Amino acid sequence: MSAHSVTEPSPASKWIAGILVGLYAVITLIPLIWIISTSFKSGPDSISYPPKVVFQPTLEGYVNLFTTQSRASVEDLAKLPAPTTWYDKITRERGMIISGPSRFGQRFLNSVIIGFGSTFLSIFLGTLAAYAFSRFKVPLKDDLLFFILSTRMMPPIAVAIPIYLMFRQLGLSDTHLGMILLYTAVNLSLSVWLLKGFIDEIPREYEEAALIDGYTRFQAFYKVVLPQAATGIASTAIFCLIFAWNEYAFAVLLTSGNAQTAPPFIPTILSVGGGIDWPAVAAAATLFLLPVIIFTVLLRKHLLRGITFGAVRK
Amino acid sequence: MTDTPADRLARATPQPVARRIRGLSDRAIAWIFVAPTIFLLLSVNIFPLIWTIRLSFTNFAANKPNAEVKWVGLRNYTRILTDADTWANMQTTAHFLIWTITFQVLIGFSLAWLINRKFKGNDLVTTLIVIPMMLSPAVVGNFWTFLYQPQIGLVNYAVEFLTGIPADSFSMLGPGGWARWAIVIVDTWMWTPFVMLICLAGLRSIPDYIYEAAEVDRASKWRQFWTITLPMALPFLMLAVLFRGIENFRMFDLVVLLTGGGPGNETLLASIDLKREAFEKWRTGYSSAYAIVLFVTVFGLASIYVKALNKVKER
Repeated sequence: MSAHSVTEPSPASKWIAGILVGLYAVITLIPLIWIISTSFKSGPDSISYPPKVVFQPTLEGYVNLFTTQSRASVEDLAKLPAPTTWYDKITRERGMIISGPSRFGQRFLNSVIIGFGSTFLSIFLGTLAAYAFSRFKVPLKDDLLFFILSTRMMPPIAVAIPIYLMFRQLGLSDTHLGMILLYTAVNLSLSVWLLKGFIDEIPREYEEAALIDGYTRFQAFYKVVLPQAATGIASTAIFCLIFAWNEYAFAVLLTSGNAQTAPPFIPTILSVGGGIDWPAVAAAATLFLLPVIIFTVLLRKHLLRGITFGAVRK
Repeated sequence: MTDTPADRLARATPQPVARRIRGLSDRAIAWIFVAPTIFLLLSVNIFPLIWTIRLSFTNFAANKPNAEVKWVGLRNYTRILTDADTWANMQTTAHFLIWTITFQVLIGFSLAWLINRKFKGNDLVTTLIVIPMMLSPAVVGNFWTFLYQPQIGLVNYAVEFLTGIPADSFSMLGPGGWARWAIVIVDTWMWTPFVMLICLAGLRSIPDYIYEAAEVDRASKWRQFWTITLPMALPFLMLAVLFRGIENFRMFDLVVLLTGGGPGNETLLASIDLKREAFEKWRTGYSSAYAIVLFVTVFGLASIYVKALNKVKER
């Protein structure tokens, strides 16, 4: 064994720490694993008591999530031609027929459109503003930066009332454009602050060299600074995307059908019909959470910076 | 490639003059770059805020846009501040705020302190632990409702398994006083990693030589913790508390989906009450005043707190 410096924790304490933290990780992830496993259960398995850990996996929940179905009698089912697809088969086995697609697909698509639209806009505007704040003498710079940050402190419901009225006046209520603009505005505080931090770290000498070589400011900006800031821009974009993807309060207040995203829609699955179709709810949650989990793993190096608006850089 | 006259002039002139011309256009660029952001923020944040202030002095109702709008002065504000329900909601909010922050700080700091021992695989475990805080509160609220189901839920089963209390004898979200703790548990589950991450940054910012000096002085580990580790990580810890405090004061999504404010009014946080007033009872004027009261409260508390934080940092 090598000699330890005084600040290096002893191997024993490392082991204990590792075991305790590992234990916490397991406990904290149980709810998540439980939801993912529930999405592959059949209806009766999902509500059995004691809870079933070992079960026959089925895609029933996913099929129910994406389709609307009606009950058919045994005779009617016998009359129908044999099911042609796997999802038809799963549904028929439970004495149901698929009557059409559900609204979940469309809500999911709305989330994608609004998420990517607002992310693109907030990164585009945020990068420009961050560059200006980082490199130029902007009058009242600190006040403007603080103002940008302070917009994040308002309770969403407080501004939701006039935004609701304003959108109604402008014909933006329940439209994709309205939600994209709103999420862009909310995300701008994050993107300006984060991107300013990333651009501050790029040495000015690069641009100055480019300027001396005869580049204009614009050229120096997009040929020298942008490529250097690419990682920062990418991670900021993921943060903006996750926010827009997850947002609930504005979505539930300002959208109803056309532009409704998945977060306000998923809870409504709970109240369909008499019994709650838990596998379908779990399937919706799983599909919705999976991209975020993947992004979190990709983001892990910049996570701290993102959640503190760049205040803590490590 | 755009080649404006200014550029040509800039190239033709000797360096100092060229720089001055570019300096002039820099200012223009700065404005072009900043203006759209400021414009959007003004129109989606400041303009609505001013509108809210204006509405708060009226009896306007958004579901009756054609009804006559009367100027009622401070009546909305006096009603809110003298209403016993408001104070009850504030207490519910305070209960939620104090307990979530207490648990998150205790668990989050302990985790960070343990992870800082840099055991094998600590990066992987850290990534796994932070997953909950990145998820959608709407979906989290939704699936915790499932876990809290009295007959079939995992939480009740776990309680029965560990303590022997029958699983169907209590309901976390139903009557019986558990609901206000149920929301604290879910928020703690979701946001402890946030506090942990910031604390970890704080602990990692402490330079090794301070501990080395303490060892030379034969300070015990216990003493080192109280005189070095904690004070030096404190500004970070306080920053985490500030973020969580602001977020939980305006908490809406998670709790509205878990309990909707119920049972009765047991978990009726201020912002859920505000949503009811504004979008269910359509008392727009009244709820605008309510929103302003909440905003001023959070802003005031946050500024006092930031002053304290800066003092700690200066030490």
